[in-house]
Amino acid sequence: MSTTRPASLPIAPAQPAAAGAARPSREGAASKPSTAFRESTYLKHLFGYEILGKPALRLQRWRDEQAIRAYEPKPTDVLSPPLVCVAQMKELMTRHYLEGRYASGVKKVAWVTSGAPAEILKAFGFFLVYPENHAALCGVRRKTEEIATEAENAGFSRDLCSYARTDLGTVLSGKTPVGRLPRPDLLLCCTNICQTVLYWYRNLADLFGVPLVLIDTPFLYGEAQPHQIEYVKRQIEGIIPVAEKVAGKALDEERFESVLQHARDAADLWLEVLNRSQNRPAPMTAFDGFIHMGPIVDLRGDAVTVEYYRRMLKELDARVAQGVGAVKDERYRVLWDNLPIWYRIGGFSKLLAQHGVNVVVSTYTYAWGELAPLIDPAKPLDSMAKVYLHPILNRSPADKLRVMRRMVKEFGLDGVILHSDRSCKPYSLGQIDERELLARELGLPALLLEADHSDPRAWADEQGNARLEAFVEMMEGRG
Amino acid sequence: MSAVAGIGIDAGSTTTKLVAVDGGGAIVAHAIEAAHPRVEDQVARLLDELRARAGAGVGVPSVATGYGRKLVKEVTRQVTEITCHARGVFAALGTPGTLVDIGGQDSKVIRVGADGRAVDFLMNDKCAAGTGRFLENTASRLGVPLDELGPRAIGARGEEAISSTCTVFAESEIISLIAHGAELGSILKGLHRSLIGRIGAMVRGVGLERPLMLSGGVARNVAVRELLGELAGEPVVVPEDPQLMGAYGAAILALESSEGRFQAPTRRE
Repeated sequence: MSTTRPASLPIAPAQPAAAGAARPSREGAASKPSTAFRESTYLKHLFGYEILGKPALRLQRWRDEQAIRAYEPKPTDVLSPPLVCVAQMKELMTRHYLEGRYASGVKKVAWVTSGAPAEILKAFGFFLVYPENHAALCGVRRKTEEIATEAENAGFSRDLCSYARTDLGTVLSGKTPVGRLPRPDLLLCCTNICQTVLYWYRNLADLFGVPLVLIDTPFLYGEAQPHQIEYVKRQIEGIIPVAEKVAGKALDEERFESVLQHARDAADLWLEVLNRSQNRPAPMTAFDGFIHMGPIVDLRGDAVTVEYYRRMLKELDARVAQGVGAVKDERYRVLWDNLPIWYRIGGFSKLLAQHGVNVVVSTYTYAWGELAPLIDPAKPLDSMAKVYLHPILNRSPADKLRVMRRMVKEFGLDGVILHSDRSCKPYSLGQIDERELLARELGLPALLLEADHSDPRAWADEQGNARLEAFVEMMEGRG
Repeated sequence: MSAVAGIGIDAGSTTTKLVAVDGGGAIVAHAIEAAHPRVEDQVARLLDELRARAGAGVGVPSVATGYGRKLVKEVTRQVTEITCHARGVFAALGTPGTLVDIGGQDSKVIRVGADGRAVDFLMNDKCAAGTGRFLENTASRLGVPLDELGPRAIGARGEEAISSTCTVFAESEIISLIAHGAELGSILKGLHRSLIGRIGAMVRGVGLERPLMLSGGVARNVAVRELLGELAGEPVVVPEDPQLMGAYGAAILALESSEGRFQAPTRRE
């Protein structure tokens, strides 16, 4: 398999047999994926997805667009109507999951972490599943508790990341709000976002009995050193022989380059989309950003993603030209650090908008745009090595603090909300100091809000909302 | 009796407090009662009684605060207890500084600015350690009346280390200490120390700006006052009615809402 790697590196074997060491073995605990992970057929794919699914979703999008355009704003509305393009985003994402439902046995499927160098697999034609995105979706649909419990019952600790528990819960029980996830033929895991993914994917490799490719990214305390870039590059290179074997074909380099170009173009556009919120009033909220980031995560490298963000940018520009803000009466501008609290996005958005607060920027949505300049389709492997070494979670907390300080200036912020995320320890590390420094040095109200990105059992509305409201009162007090 | 110009209602998790102030911001009447599950009914009754006692009409502006604030519908505004405690203590003591409020089910540290507004705050996480309930729980478990907790802790010769910061686990730790013959007073002192340790971390978080002030029902506990004073390196400043500060701040805000900016804070008689 990935023979290019030195044998001594801490890399998971591509063979699954030895990968299950971290999985709790408990008598009676499920050790096989649910029977829901069965193969589909070309016929089902043709009818369910191509002939019936796609046109139905197109029709639904048209209807949604009509509904948004026809919406008569009420005087009590605190938020502007949604962007019309949200209907297309919904279509793209639903179509992606619908395709996934019929993908197994029809296309090669890879499950990948959100920070994995997936462009190579896309160039091979793999259908990509992002379990983190699926888990976020479960959070939005308030399914996390039920699905994560399945993993907890199998022996996985409740202290594990709720994304990991949701994913493993889905694998063991087949429960998902998207109908069915396709069984993976290959797993690609990159440790640039956390170390949890390592154990999580080893469990997946064991459960499904499929190869796992692990990309180990050294943590960056400062600038990336040439040997670090070389180390990651060689591992990314190592994906190719494994993927060739699973896909049964060679890498199409031309396609690889075009996938990377699409990834670069989409990331450039996404960054522009986010930066439009430097305008006053901001044409979108970070909560909109959390929803609209679906394509840049799940459909990275597709032409349709580029087209989508181009359209979104156009709509935002129209709003900026007309002076329309996402929050009708924008008086305070705030930063959000860390992942969103998926099950409360709508509630927070309204609660804050009622007080004239727009969360205009977030370090999280930026993670998929800020590295765009590093992507160079002419030097695919070198540039991918750099890109995948540099996510915010693979850099020191001091670096994140610098990013936040810059955002305070560039976006003209009045306050900072740091979500201390029980499930994302790497992101939450350092927040207590970051909060203090931002509050003292910049004199800004800064709130540390304890919750979990998708497990509602770590959140209490009464206590949490009281903190949010007190934070707003502090900003109001500064007048 | 001067005319009532503002009413504050603090529907807390453990007690319900009402304060009426005159046009100068001085307290003219107050009420305090253990919180009833039907907050709205309780507040309505207490409000009627307070108005009758203070001779206030129904048109007096009012502000509600505390966890039950959203349930009190007939008020001019609803404001969080962070803002209200800061305003109440500032009106009572007339100084900015760092305020520790230990309530029934939460504790908070608030930095009070030069104008009496909250500049920064931290609250305990979703855990009862470091709250009044922590002490209440232990008092009932040990059969010590709540009022005697502080004096007995302060009067102790020694001090036992209570390592658990969890209210429930601390209880089993205490039982084990008793079984091993530890003196009750020393256990109580260790218990208070552990509570203050939690608060101390929050004080460091928002930054100690002197004086260190204390409000909330737990401020009546002498051991809490003394140990917090040790932490600050000087005695803590406690207003006359620490438990009423949330409601008092709410009343001050109610007064402001009717008269534009509230002028100089007035000390109570």
